Amino acid sequence: MKKISTPYLLLIPGMGFLFTFFLLPLFNLAQTSTQTAVGGGDTGQYEQTFRFQNYVDAFVENKEQFGRSFLYATIATVLALAIAYPLAYAIAFKGGKLKNLMLVLVVAPFFTSFLLRTIAWKQILGEEGFVVPTLRNLHIISQSTTLTSSAFAVVAGMTYNFLPFMTLPLYASIDRIDPRTLEASGDLYANGFTTFRKVTLPLSMPGVVAGTLLTFIPAAGDYVNAAILGSPQTKMLGNVIESRYFKIVDYPTAAALSFTLMAAILVLVTIYVRKAGTEELV
Amino acid sequence: MKQISRWFQRNLIRIYAVVAFTYLFIPVAYTFAFSFNDSGKSNLVWKGFTFANWQNPCGAPEVCSALGNSIKIGFLATLFSTILGTMIAFALGRHKFKGRSTTNLLIFLPMATPEIVLGASLLSLFLVFKINPGFWPTVIAHVLFCISFVVVTVKARIASLDPRLEQAAMDLYANERETFRRVTLPLVAPGIAAAALLAFSLSFDDFIITNFNSGTMTTFPKFIYTSAARGIPAQANVIGSAMFFLALAIVIIGQFVGRKRKVS
Repeated sequence: MKKISTPYLLLIPGMGFLFTFFLLPLFNLAQTSTQTAVGGGDTGQYEQTFRFQNYVDAFVENKEQFGRSFLYATIATVLALAIAYPLAYAIAFKGGKLKNLMLVLVVAPFFTSFLLRTIAWKQILGEEGFVVPTLRNLHIISQSTTLTSSAFAVVAGMTYNFLPFMTLPLYASIDRIDPRTLEASGDLYANGFTTFRKVTLPLSMPGVVAGTLLTFIPAAGDYVNAAILGSPQTKMLGNVIESRYFKIVDYPTAAALSFTLMAAILVLVTIYVRKAGTEELV
Repeated sequence: MKQISRWFQRNLIRIYAVVAFTYLFIPVAYTFAFSFNDSGKSNLVWKGFTFANWQNPCGAPEVCSALGNSIKIGFLATLFSTILGTMIAFALGRHKFKGRSTTNLLIFLPMATPEIVLGASLLSLFLVFKINPGFWPTVIAHVLFCISFVVVTVKARIASLDPRLEQAAMDLYANERETFRRVTLPLVAPGIAAAALLAFSLSFDDFIITNFNSGTMTTFPKFIYTSAARGIPAQANVIGSAMFFLALAIVIIGQFVGRKRKVS
């Protein structure tokens, strides 16, 4: 009998798990997505008819939510990048002895449940909080403007919730930059902005790519922020999939939407990674 | 005036860091503050200071059973995902074999799949096999999304090891098993610990996948989500704040111990 070599012994349990509970379910989801309701049967009874029209129907019916998911996720990702980059830079280059403590602080909000924090934002920015009345008294916003139940609140919530996912890979990348390269750039008469554009930013690109992916992917599939901070006009694709599954028990549409979402994300990610020119992701 | 503006310019990035951290911690502080609210049923408006919620954290119905479920699931998911993930990380970090890039792809894909797709597809598999959603399906779901993060974390640690340390052990007549047990494993251990901590916090805080696969069982995040409509009891704030301080303490003690070991 031939002996199985060590790496395969190490891989079999984990890969077997991923095959059974990741690939098989995806395959099963693909099957569900082309099913149709059994005529006259109970709700939730479906049979395989290979109806690919399901995809077209699901997309046409929900194209607004589709657009919103990608729009909100893109804005939240850009905002998170803008907020996290200087923070990661500050930790890496100005952290000194406090570096480790600051890194812990970036992750620390995670430990208070993200739902509690999202609801806290809702209450802080809500009608009973102190922010809205203050802004109204100062006439910064009009008497009828609200901050919650809006696209603004949903995007702000996503930006906040995914900020640590953006900050950590950025930090890891910026921290690896040799400060002498920045000094050298200054010695060669580059000003601060040129040094950033020509030296710091290119060297931190792996972090930018990893951070944007870790933010964009969960943001595009998110429905919790939209459910807590949004209104019916800010529903995202995740909300539709969730309600198709649990409230309407329309598994084929939910499956078709899930697949379209995943495919769209994978295509965007592939294009983005190619453009950004970093292939070492894992 | 000029001096002030110069000081300001020089410390701009530090001031920014303080502002950014304040932003990160506003809702945490809010949650902590409202854990002392003498609120009655719905914790929306400040009604007065009390220690009662901290003295009786299980006072609200279901909150502690939900917390118990979350801890049990988090523990099991961490255990399984850390074992499976570490094995994969060693295979990838220490061995050459056929099918390497396929393995890498299969590790990367779950991280690139939105949680809602993972949750929905797993639920539809359970439904096909007539497995009712509940405790074990949730554990499986959590192991699924934790594995990849464990692999990435442990693999990074293995990659940063100096291979000369293992060669030195071999030169001193340690066999492969001894080298692994007495040199490699202790050196990789901090990475495994970090991965386990990450897995636990991912599992403990997960809502989307849990919501799909837990059926009628409640977890702590699920409890918060479902009670959000009628008002969250202050006890949830107590537990959220306690978890925050507990985790912070664990991380800080861990760093302290790590530093001591390095010195000795």
